[in-house]
Amino acid sequence: MQGAPLWGAETDMSELNELYQEVILDHNRRPRNFRAIDAATSTQEGYNPLCGDRLTLYVALDGDVIADVAFQGSGCAISKASASLMTEALKGKTVAQARDLFDRFHAMITSDHDGPTADLGKLSVLAGVREFPTRIKCASLAWHTMKAAVAHEGDAPVSTE
Amino acid sequence: MATEALKADGRRLTALAFDVDKVRADFPILSERVHGQALVYLDSANTSQKPVSVLQAMDDYYRHANANIHRATHLLSERATALYEGARTKAAAFVNAPDPHTIVLTKGTTDGINLVAQSHGRSTLAPGDEILLTWLEHHSNIVPWQLVAGQTGAVLKVVPINDRGEVDQDEYVALLSPRTKIVAIGHVSNALGTINPVAAMVAQARARGAVVLVDGAQAAPHLTIDVQALDCDFYVLSSHKMFGPTGTGVLYGRASLLEAMPPYQGGGDMIRSVTFEKTHYNQVPYKFEAGTPNIAGVVGLGAAIDYLSTIDRAAALAHEDAVLDYATAQVRQIPGTRIVGEARHKTGVLSFVIEGVHPHDAGTILDQQGVAVRTGQHCAQPVMDRFGIPATIRASLGIYNTRADIDALVRGLRKVRDIFA
Repeated sequence: MQGAPLWGAETDMSELNELYQEVILDHNRRPRNFRAIDAATSTQEGYNPLCGDRLTLYVALDGDVIADVAFQGSGCAISKASASLMTEALKGKTVAQARDLFDRFHAMITSDHDGPTADLGKLSVLAGVREFPTRIKCASLAWHTMKAAVAHEGDAPVSTE
Repeated sequence: MATEALKADGRRLTALAFDVDKVRADFPILSERVHGQALVYLDSANTSQKPVSVLQAMDDYYRHANANIHRATHLLSERATALYEGARTKAAAFVNAPDPHTIVLTKGTTDGINLVAQSHGRSTLAPGDEILLTWLEHHSNIVPWQLVAGQTGAVLKVVPINDRGEVDQDEYVALLSPRTKIVAIGHVSNALGTINPVAAMVAQARARGAVVLVDGAQAAPHLTIDVQALDCDFYVLSSHKMFGPTGTGVLYGRASLLEAMPPYQGGGDMIRSVTFEKTHYNQVPYKFEAGTPNIAGVVGLGAAIDYLSTIDRAAALAHEDAVLDYATAQVRQIPGTRIVGEARHKTGVLSFVIEGVHPHDAGTILDQQGVAVRTGQHCAQPVMDRFGIPATIRASLGIYNTRADIDALVRGLRKVRDIFA
């Protein structure tokens, strides 16, 4: 073949291992905050029709502060771990801080391959997703659902398709 | 290929008659490397790979014959028209249609089903009429019928399947009623590989006066198709599942029905004369082929049919069945796997799940090892719901697959197990 290929760079085993690192596998096996919240101030469905991932996100606001956040549903390891890590990160944050975190998380998983990884603490374990374009929607499903939940965007399910 | 000669004696001989290495050499992409690994392509039910003769035919068309068809008086248009109509004749022979004029060239299976639903269905269905489908259908054999049901007041009925993934034939007969006007059934299930007993199902439906469409998208690459033996009213298939290019397909229709059907889309080539007062439509099948079609794609479809005609199809099927049996046995041995769809008659598809591993994760890990499978709902969400699973891993076979491909799949699945252990 002449010239550069029309398609993107390929990944190797080290990137696969970075994608499925222990923190992600642990949150897949034992998702945190995997429950319903009876007194939720907002409940939002999220759905990825491509792979069938579904989650229900429960948010309990105390004024402007996320007092409690939890989820239920089924999905791949990436989507489950992402939802689990997100709930840990959001507790105690204000809605404005949550939206800011959404932007920074989204930038991290969609940024150029060689760019620096933003310091998002524990959430940085999901940076490896950016090497796998078909999996970015898995990692972002919970976050899009959260954004809709705190915006009270109505009852229509959020879709990453 | 001697390694295939492990089954019963009858099959051993036919398997030996099929030279899979020679077939593999016809498909350039099978030499591709992905993620630094040799490509193992197990996604042919999604789309098949293309032999070099198909690529060459399309390239030759553009280099030596590119012109619009049925129109100009110059030589290139003659060549293009001959190639295009030649492919129609080949398609007629491929499905054993009685006449090339019963063959409508479409964009694919989905287009063919929509054409039948919107032309035949919309012009004949009345409120309360029933359209009978099966639980196995691909979304493309569900949604067009839902649309026309909404437009006409017709009602959808669905035949259930059993735990093996077979259509319940007693329920099928019970659901056929005097109100059943259209029956739409897949020949082979894309999600599970089940081969439906379509000849018997067509006979039962026609005995009650229903018109029957058979979705042959998954059958075409594996089985020999004979629309006259099936006695179906419509048969649809896609070029890209049977080693031809994307964007083209075949609709066979019973001549009397095609004649009675109104046009599906309006445009050039489907008309005989146009004034602002009155348009006279072209004859069948051209009245269903509005606009400049995918000529190169149809040329490629013709080349794909030519390619299949050089292959001993029965021997190829025996080879594929042997590889499928091998795959089923090997995957079953991996702890935690469960096969989804164990019909007594099936071909080309191994759908399964692994306990504790979402299919999407398995797909990424397999891909990294060069093994291309499909993971997800396979455009058959009702099938997934029926088995209470969100998705499956689907390894699907073409004539070029071997036991070595299955061994690579199994190695890949062991890696999946290692990561998720």
